[in-house]
Amino acid sequence: MKAQLEAIEKKAFEELTAAQDLKDLDAVRVKYLGKKGELTAILKQMGKLSAEERPVIGQLANQVRAQIEERLEETKTNLEAHLLDQRLATETLDVTMPGKRSVLGKKHPITIVLDELKEIFIGMGFDVAQGPEVELDYYNFEALNIPKDHPARDTQDTFYINDNVVLRTQTSPIQIRVMEKQKPPIRIIAPGRVYRSDALDATHSPLFHQVEGLVVDKNITMADLKGTLEVFVKRLYGEESVVRFRPHHFPFTEPSAELDVQCFNCHGEGCRLCKGEGWIEILGCGMVHPKVLENCGIDPEEYSGFAFGMGLERLVMRRYNIDDLRLFYENDARFLNQF
Amino acid sequence: MNLSMRWLKDYVDIGNVSMRDFSEAMSMSGSKVEGWETEFEGVKNVVVGKILSVEPHPDSDHLVICQLDVAQGEPVQIVTGASNVHAGDLVPVALHKSKLPNGVEITKGKLRGVMSNGMMCSLGELNLTKGDFPYAIENGIFLIEEGCKPGQDIASAIGCNDTCVEFEITPNRPDCLSVIGLAREVAVTFDKPINLHTPVVKGCGGNINDYLSVEVQNKELCQRYVARVVKNVKIGPSPRWMRERLRASGVRPIDNIVDITNYVMLEYGQPMHAFDIEYVKGNKIIVRNALSGETLTTLDGVERNLTEDMLVIADAEKASAVAGVMGGEYSGINEGTHTVVFESACFKGSSVRVTAKKLGMRTESSSRFEKGLDPQNCLPAIMRACELVEMLGAGEVVDGVIDIDNSGYKPTVLHLDAEWTNRFLGTDIPEERMKKILSDLHFGVNGNEIIVPSFRGDVEHKADVAEEIARFYGYNNIPTTTAKGSPQGKLSEYQKFERTVNQTMLAQGLYEIMTYSFVSPKQYDKIRLPKDDPRRKSVVILNPLGEDTSIMRTNAIPSMMDILSKNYNNRNGAVSLYEIGNEYIPVDGELLPDEVPNLVLGMYGEDKDFFTLKGVVENLLDVLGIEDYDVTACSDNPTFHPGRCAILSKGGEEFGIIGEVHPLVCQNYDINTRVYTGKLNMNTLFALMNDEKTYVPMPKFPASTRDLALLCDDSLPVLTMEKAIKNAAGKILEKVELFDVYKGSQIEAGKKSVAFNITMRAADRTLTDEEVGSAMNKILKAMEELGAQIRS
Repeated sequence: MKAQLEAIEKKAFEELTAAQDLKDLDAVRVKYLGKKGELTAILKQMGKLSAEERPVIGQLANQVRAQIEERLEETKTNLEAHLLDQRLATETLDVTMPGKRSVLGKKHPITIVLDELKEIFIGMGFDVAQGPEVELDYYNFEALNIPKDHPARDTQDTFYINDNVVLRTQTSPIQIRVMEKQKPPIRIIAPGRVYRSDALDATHSPLFHQVEGLVVDKNITMADLKGTLEVFVKRLYGEESVVRFRPHHFPFTEPSAELDVQCFNCHGEGCRLCKGEGWIEILGCGMVHPKVLENCGIDPEEYSGFAFGMGLERLVMRRYNIDDLRLFYENDARFLNQF
Repeated sequence: MNLSMRWLKDYVDIGNVSMRDFSEAMSMSGSKVEGWETEFEGVKNVVVGKILSVEPHPDSDHLVICQLDVAQGEPVQIVTGASNVHAGDLVPVALHKSKLPNGVEITKGKLRGVMSNGMMCSLGELNLTKGDFPYAIENGIFLIEEGCKPGQDIASAIGCNDTCVEFEITPNRPDCLSVIGLAREVAVTFDKPINLHTPVVKGCGGNINDYLSVEVQNKELCQRYVARVVKNVKIGPSPRWMRERLRASGVRPIDNIVDITNYVMLEYGQPMHAFDIEYVKGNKIIVRNALSGETLTTLDGVERNLTEDMLVIADAEKASAVAGVMGGEYSGINEGTHTVVFESACFKGSSVRVTAKKLGMRTESSSRFEKGLDPQNCLPAIMRACELVEMLGAGEVVDGVIDIDNSGYKPTVLHLDAEWTNRFLGTDIPEERMKKILSDLHFGVNGNEIIVPSFRGDVEHKADVAEEIARFYGYNNIPTTTAKGSPQGKLSEYQKFERTVNQTMLAQGLYEIMTYSFVSPKQYDKIRLPKDDPRRKSVVILNPLGEDTSIMRTNAIPSMMDILSKNYNNRNGAVSLYEIGNEYIPVDGELLPDEVPNLVLGMYGEDKDFFTLKGVVENLLDVLGIEDYDVTACSDNPTFHPGRCAILSKGGEEFGIIGEVHPLVCQNYDINTRVYTGKLNMNTLFALMNDEKTYVPMPKFPASTRDLALLCDDSLPVLTMEKAIKNAAGKILEKVELFDVYKGSQIEAGKKSVAFNITMRAADRTLTDEEVGSAMNKILKAMEELGAQIRS
């Protein structure tokens, strides 16, 4: 019987080694370990053995069984690993093929830059204010120190609804509306559409966007104006940006300035991008004119402030190297898709 | 304003400063330089030549061969077709490998077999006109009559080497529209003295009052009127130095009297007018308002209809000039002019501005007057003109000046508060420095009293004084600090809502667009708005650029349709777009319209249908937490397909409309495919929004699901059935999902089969079959009430 058991073990091992798949393995298991298996059959003959032989053969039989089971398990693991490798090999993809993409929405490029400006200014403590586009002449001009016969009105070709109502030519009237409603401290930006009767071409549009800013509080100085806008420019264009403040004129600020940033392309040497000037004009700004504060019921002896305004389209055009402003309002999907 | 650097040097000598440094410094002190141009800058190898001989060409009877001395050792041979050249003439010679002012390059070549080593130039070839060199002829070689030598560079030989600087002058500084005004700024910028000059007029006796009288009727609009008379006028060309300065400033030289008026205008910033006394009927000038129906033919030959608010210069009979704008046709200087009246006046800026605008003729003179000129400048300017008349020998100045001054000028006096100024600027500028800047700028400084010069009408407040100080202290020397106070910026609730709407649209693959708020009234026809629809009443622009942009839209859908049409016609396959845009709704009794923000959606493409659009809206409403809204079929909106349009409302309040666009509307927009559009009122959405979300625990007990297939009238809305199911099932209903609608061969005409998947669940127990069965019975009963039968 001992020889029989050893023969079974040897045969089982041989068959396991030859097994090609899980089915073969299972056949081996049934053949030797199953209820009608060879090993089981041997064990059934145990009764015929003597009392001395029985424990010895019993132990041997259990050993053989354990070894077959162990080898079976091992073979199964190996075979499974091999089969998995085989399957994976057949499943190889050309990973350079394009991905399946869901359709992504796209923000209008003007919105992208405007959102960035909002984020910068909110981070600096500004709220975002709004005002009407169809606006009273009073808010658009008179309260801003631009009376009816002021020559500055000529530089802003105005669309009129009637003698008292215009399409706002600037976002500055929002300043007035905010100051009338809210007592200082005030810290707002006011983005919006503005209208001027310029015929549409590559660099002009009768409708465009401005972003206005206003800070009013006690002891606000021109140094604060400079500091605030310098931080803004550095956040927008990077820490290495160089700015300069150049005297200018706006009826509603005094002193007034334009903020230029040194040309990113030529670093002040003068190139095509900056039209040879070395500097690019970004925005207009100044200390709120005391008369404007007075017009809003704010005492200029107690409070002071600064204001600034910039054209959004120009900023966006520079950001993306867009050379034709009309593209913004044509809204061709092939254009919008690029941002 | 174009400034001749040569002219500037008459007033300030800034020494050897490069143009780049000059323009940088001027820009930084407030006179922005736009650019500069040096005459003949690109010209190369063009020199003065002296003709030594003129010989006939052996093979041509219209060409001649010239030998020229250009101070290069051997004479240079040039062949020319011009007939006005003689030995001894000085001419401009473009040598071999030269470049002319117009960019043309000249090289040597053979003309009829004879070598020509360059070209002799005419005025035109040098970009000049007879006005620049009156002695030269237009058709022929420019024979130079200037003191110059052969070989000399042409630019210096004929004085075409001035540099002209273009300044952007802001409207508050009309004084800087002059050489003297800019010279004042230059002097302070570079800290150099300014050489101002008081004009001296000798006079020739006589008395102006024997020639002329002046009556100013409108004292408000004519603040000052100064006149002088010049007799024995000799019209002729003005001298080279004057022509050069005019040319560099962009003004064409004409004759001595006209040139003097232009010269003084550029130098003093005061428009001058010279006219022939012959045409002053009654020898009396009357400054008055135009009469009703009065007309005047201006210098440009156009007959102008004047109105009573316009100021004119008239004689005893009729108007001869529109004050401050343009002279009349028959008042100007001509060959036969003998006695001239010089006028130096100051008219009220606003009146000139309105007049010029009404007449549609903005002139050099009107654009200066409208900025508000200094009445104190009239007298020095006319003296300068008369001085130049004498200097040029252009006539004899009659003694006496007529000067009617209604300006009531009193200098503005301000108080210098150094401490306030420093506090305002955030600086620490010593008071003495402030005073120095102001006095350099010709302000009177008397202790802390600041007397503003007459030409600085823009300075009327201590903030203006602060600007003057800041400009010359240097804006970039002011420190940079951050504003005090604790900053707390945030988006408003509405702005956050708007951001959510944007994000939800983007997440669903829509592209954001921006459209014009003004449209053509024809857009209402294109969307088939009925003729009597109140929405046709729009805010109308009085002075639109064109009909296309003449009214403020009361409906933003046409703007979307325009963009869809552009995309469709640009062959963009499928697009989905949105815009948050205003509609402008006039309000009775209010000056300003309501500006109502709307979310406008638009899409087309093979993969799109009504439910694609509706799905976008449903997702948005879900994100906004707007539930239990009503969707009602709308068949009478002419913009939309009568069977594919829905109105969205909640609690009876409409907040949107969506649908397939009516084929006729598509046709109006040249779109040959199905288009889906809609809009939602942002204000209403914001009011309905419920962004308070509460967590509901995952279910612990299993759900029971039942499918329900029903047969009903085709017209029965699915939403009505869904609501009835919800009502009937009560609390245990978790969700109802439509999974099939079928119409077709197995179904009777006018009916449809509708299948729902119904999920029921209780939070605290497993539902029993009895509970589910009872709920299903209630549902079936409710369905029967709607006329829907269970489908066997």
